[in-house]
Amino acid sequence: MRKLVLKSVSCGIALGLGLGLISSMQTAAAEWKPQKPVEFVIMAGQGGGADRLARLIQSIIEKNDFSNQPFIPINKGGGSGAEALRYLKDKAGDPHVIMATLNSLYTTPLRNPGIGVNIEEYTPIARLAEDTFVLWVNSESDIKTIDDYVAAVKKAGPEKWVMGGTGTGQEDSLVTAMLQKAYGIQMTYVPFKGGGTVAKNLVGKQLNSTVNNPSEQLGFFEAGRSRPIAAFTPERIGVFPDVPTFKEMGQDLVYFMQRSVVAPAGMPKDAQDFYVDVFRKVNESKEWKEYTSKKALNRAFLTGDDLMAYFVAEREKHRVLLKEMGEIK
Amino acid sequence: MDILAQLAGGFATSFEPLNFGLLVLGCTVGLFVGALPGLGSVNGVAILLPITFFVPPTGAIIFLAAIYYGAMFGGAISSIMLGIPGASTAVATTFDGRPMALKGDAHKALVAAAVASFVGGTIAVILFTLFAPPLAEFALKFGPAENFALMVVAFATFIGLSGDDIPKTILSILFGLILSAVGLDIISGQPRLIFFDLPGFYKGISFIVLAIGIYGIGEILWTLDSSKGKVEIAQHKVGFRLVLQAVFDLRKTWRTMGLCSLLGYFVGILPAAGATPGSLMAYGMAKSLSKNPQNYGKGEINGVVAPEAANNAASTGSMLPMLTLGIPGSPTTAILLGGMIIWGLEPGPLLFITNETFVWGLIASLYSANLVTLIINLAFIPLFIWVLRTPFAILAPIIFVLSLVGGYAPGASMHDVWLILVFGIAGYLLRKLNYPMAPAVLAIVLGPLAEKYFRQAMIISHGDVMTFVERPLSAVFVGAALVLVSMPIISALKRRRSLV
Repeated sequence: MRKLVLKSVSCGIALGLGLGLISSMQTAAAEWKPQKPVEFVIMAGQGGGADRLARLIQSIIEKNDFSNQPFIPINKGGGSGAEALRYLKDKAGDPHVIMATLNSLYTTPLRNPGIGVNIEEYTPIARLAEDTFVLWVNSESDIKTIDDYVAAVKKAGPEKWVMGGTGTGQEDSLVTAMLQKAYGIQMTYVPFKGGGTVAKNLVGKQLNSTVNNPSEQLGFFEAGRSRPIAAFTPERIGVFPDVPTFKEMGQDLVYFMQRSVVAPAGMPKDAQDFYVDVFRKVNESKEWKEYTSKKALNRAFLTGDDLMAYFVAEREKHRVLLKEMGEIK
Repeated sequence: MDILAQLAGGFATSFEPLNFGLLVLGCTVGLFVGALPGLGSVNGVAILLPITFFVPPTGAIIFLAAIYYGAMFGGAISSIMLGIPGASTAVATTFDGRPMALKGDAHKALVAAAVASFVGGTIAVILFTLFAPPLAEFALKFGPAENFALMVVAFATFIGLSGDDIPKTILSILFGLILSAVGLDIISGQPRLIFFDLPGFYKGISFIVLAIGIYGIGEILWTLDSSKGKVEIAQHKVGFRLVLQAVFDLRKTWRTMGLCSLLGYFVGILPAAGATPGSLMAYGMAKSLSKNPQNYGKGEINGVVAPEAANNAASTGSMLPMLTLGIPGSPTTAILLGGMIIWGLEPGPLLFITNETFVWGLIASLYSANLVTLIINLAFIPLFIWVLRTPFAILAPIIFVLSLVGGYAPGASMHDVWLILVFGIAGYLLRKLNYPMAPAVLAIVLGPLAEKYFRQAMIISHGDVMTFVERPLSAVFVGAALVLVSMPIISALKRRRSLV
């Protein structure tokens, strides 16, 4: 009853304001739909794994008409995603902004408390996938097994063995730190802007090894330019049946990159439901199923409070990891 | 010969009615998208990407590549006519294109831009056709040290320009470098130079914001000031005969066209750089090799030819790492890459083998896209000139609005609009004090790249600067930079000796 009164009052105001507003209020009363193009913020630069994935998702949404309004991808990759996190914070309550995230969703606020972001304030939308990590070397190297690898790193010494990855205190450097700790080895870690560039520098022999996601190295792997040594997964990866996992070899080295979508704080519930529904459809689409199986991504759909609980748990895991690395106090 | 047979097959593909129709449509759309400030090829390709899901992949990439190409031509149009760079790649075209238009030579500048774009694009496609695989291998040799040395060469071309006031050039470069340091540290992610704690500075200062401020707003203020309100409009003549005459007159610039095409292509194939640095480096090179460097910035036709030849060559060049390595050489190719993935094509070393029809269809369509865009562009020149006859009192507000919209559009941020106004006033004042502004624009483009490569190289070498000299490719670049920087000193010494 009160709702009805409120609605009529608001309709009255809207009448005073003009026709355009009324029509928008009426649609809002039925089922929420975006009234203008949706900003699809990507917290990484152009061309990397996160960017490619976000653009693929955008294409799937467009192709299958999952949304009445287009999703416009905007890259805000500055400072390991700090730029995007801050942007989303300043967009609180805006129902036309969502953001594609990766693990820097937790690591960047932990490392940069100065940006004033608490991820628990964001509105969770959906986790679409978990990406996997693999240890790679150039195919011209003699390294075939993890034992060869450890021996080669020890022989070269920490100054001469160069590992490339994306960003400092981010996924690749965390995986590198875990690897170093597990095998008692030391190496030089060089940060690059995107996983594609890292992959290219391994093939161009600027680097000795990388921990690229499969999707970033797949092209070179198929061309016989790079070699997977071992996977940071609980079970072997479908596209690399011959590559052992660290787990098989008795090392508890497992790390995933989550690919999720979040929205600003205070997004209205009906808007949140709309986006959850869009990504549920993406998750069920033929294109997404094809892509994830080809690129060795785990489809791991999760929404709502479960997703937020997952974020918080992961953030605590990363807090421990970053402390061990000496990245934070 | 194998390549010729494949290319012939490619031409057959690109001349299929649907594909050719898409090509012409794409070139035309691209030309106008490029001509509108703020709407560059990135936006054009991003907005039109969804359309391509309804045609086969080959047609789709031809359409998008045609937009990309058309936009490369189109960017020069507003640079020349309005003094606002139509796209980031056309900033260097403003340096001499706008002064030419003010002198009443707009048609010559437009023709020069169109023809140079055509020549640059065509030379690049020929190189692409003949040497794609070996060049892709060559690009792999570039690590952080080589990339940094290349950036040093680019800075050196600007310092080494005889004719300019060297201390003022260096100050201008430093101004640009400081602006380029704003935002989050590239390696560690720590915030730097966040003025007044404004969140807008976290993303850094986009160079297009600086360029639009200096050249769009600054230009209006300068024109008002220098004319004391009574703006004389140079009489612009129109006519196809004049256009043809202008095409014919361009034969004198063949050397600039050729050299800058090669340079642009080379810069384009490195996944590091792209068309914008390529065009700025070409401008610097043309100026330092010129016999009359003092004419640059005042309406020198070679100053239009150089960046336009280079940016088209570079845009073709940047397709190479995208197709063969799966690494986009420019933001636009990043979007093309996204498109290829959804069409089910896997960019990478195997693409040339597994999707031959697609690759050669694309290459062949680049030849035709170049020619089609040239013809469309030349045909529209009289129309563009006609726009220039608008009185300044009407044109100035339009330039003002386009500048602000152009700055707002890419990042959808009001912060950038305020910055444009600030840079407009700063640009005007610096110009009154005779500071060259082109070096500042170069510095803000190359600064972040140079910093990143320098720091990566330093991490790899554990702080040993000798790495730049010990690596052969990088040593060559460092040597070239030294020669460029010392040129004005040598010529100054020579001059003194001849006076005695």
